[in-house]
Amino acid sequence: MIDARLEAEQNGIATLFGNSGAGKTTLLRMIAGLIIPDGGSITVEGETWFDSSRNIFLPPQARSVGFVFQDYALFPNMTIRENLEYAADGSGAAWLNRLLELTGLGPMQTRRPSELSGGQKQRVALARALARRPKVLLLDEPLAALDVEMRLKLQDEIMAIMRELPVATVMVSHDLSEVFKMSRRVYILENGASVRHGTPMEVFGQQKLSGQFRFTGVVAAIEPQDIVFIVSVIVGNNIVKVMATADEVKDLRVGNWLVLISKAFNPLLMKVRPPIEGTPFWRNP
Amino acid sequence: MEPISLEPLWLTTKLAFITTVILFIIGMPLAWWLACARFKYKFIVEAAVAMPLVLPPSVLGFYLLLAFSPQFFLGGFLDRHFDLRLVFSFPGLVIGSVIFSLPFMVHPLQAGLASLPPSLAEASYTLGKSRMQTFSRVLLPNIKPSIISAIVLTFAHTVGEFGVVLMIGGNIPGETRVASIAIYDEVEALRYGNANTYAMILFAITFAVLLAVYWLNRRLVKVS
Repeated sequence: MIDARLEAEQNGIATLFGNSGAGKTTLLRMIAGLIIPDGGSITVEGETWFDSSRNIFLPPQARSVGFVFQDYALFPNMTIRENLEYAADGSGAAWLNRLLELTGLGPMQTRRPSELSGGQKQRVALARALARRPKVLLLDEPLAALDVEMRLKLQDEIMAIMRELPVATVMVSHDLSEVFKMSRRVYILENGASVRHGTPMEVFGQQKLSGQFRFTGVVAAIEPQDIVFIVSVIVGNNIVKVMATADEVKDLRVGNWLVLISKAFNPLLMKVRPPIEGTPFWRNP
Repeated sequence: MEPISLEPLWLTTKLAFITTVILFIIGMPLAWWLACARFKYKFIVEAAVAMPLVLPPSVLGFYLLLAFSPQFFLGGFLDRHFDLRLVFSFPGLVIGSVIFSLPFMVHPLQAGLASLPPSLAEASYTLGKSRMQTFSRVLLPNIKPSIISAIVLTFAHTVGEFGVVLMIGGNIPGETRVASIAIYDEVEALRYGNANTYAMILFAITFAVLLAVYWLNRRLVKVS
């Protein structure tokens, strides 16, 4: 049972955010027609795709959607170009060439999916989903299977492609930074219901106690140093070292989950140079 | 010494070939349905399909004999309306083989189809393709090894059939005396030489077929 009202415009991405099991992917699949909802209705640009009260259900084939699956679902028996041709059958070579060019896949269009890297597969999946010029583009955690660096790169690429080929897009993500970077609107789903929505700032910007850092992390190491202890905490993809007193460390073990809260403070803001092509970001000076 | 007739070998090949073709046509949709459908009583169908794997051939042969016999319903019906007697006939053998080799066609196909990620077919649907188009252009090409297994197993199993054929075949030369029966026959008649001839040829042919198929399979796997 999902209770949500989505508005997706052509010039921005609407993101569904929430924990696993919240119903994000289910909702996406309902929009695509891969799951039949128990009740409710789905209308796209005035066209009714589903209406339980009038017994209307349009199968996925009849819906103008493009779906990017989490495992990309590229057809192994076809080359990249053939994958696109299968999608866009009828469209001329010019359109296909444009898609290939936009996603940077031109040089490898005769390769098969098994020969590609994760990032390349992701681009093929995106190009294929766009091949039919759908009314709605659905992205199911498109970058979940990629490493951090590839993610950052592809986030930018996706946004660039969206600018070239505007289409109403609904994306599922549980990566906060991704949500902030890419979305125009966010819908938070919890247990199948949309509990909050708005711009990323509106939705996440209001913290009860403002003006402080609040992180959750895992204790990686506790090292004594003179009269204090240095606790290394893994927060997201970073390791943070904090000082702690003997008292604070008393019940702490490696592997414990921690919340680090800092009240009034004045951190230094240092602009980071953009990633150098080819070098991992952790080697940037 | 009477010259040995190669007819049994020809009959065996014919029987195996026809059975395999029929089973491919019947088995493919069945395998697809079994792989995809979520139907509460599917397990009953699966058990029925798997029966020939455990059922003693003579049991199947016996019931087929009864079914085909003009004294009973089906046999009588066929006899009266189509002048068709399936008992002791080649068509009867085909029907028996089809039933008996069913799981050998269905299981590999079903396993192959079930091993494909569901998102593959779903992606095809979201690209506007019908179930048939998806099946023929996306699913089938990606289970080539399974298709080959199914065909080979079915063919080989039919070649090796003995019990069912013995019960409903009648050992009629040129009609139902297939190679497996002929060997048995020759041994009974103490003509070991002939038996050995049939046996060796069968052995060579089946081994050659398997070799060819596994070689082909290896090439396919390498390419993909």
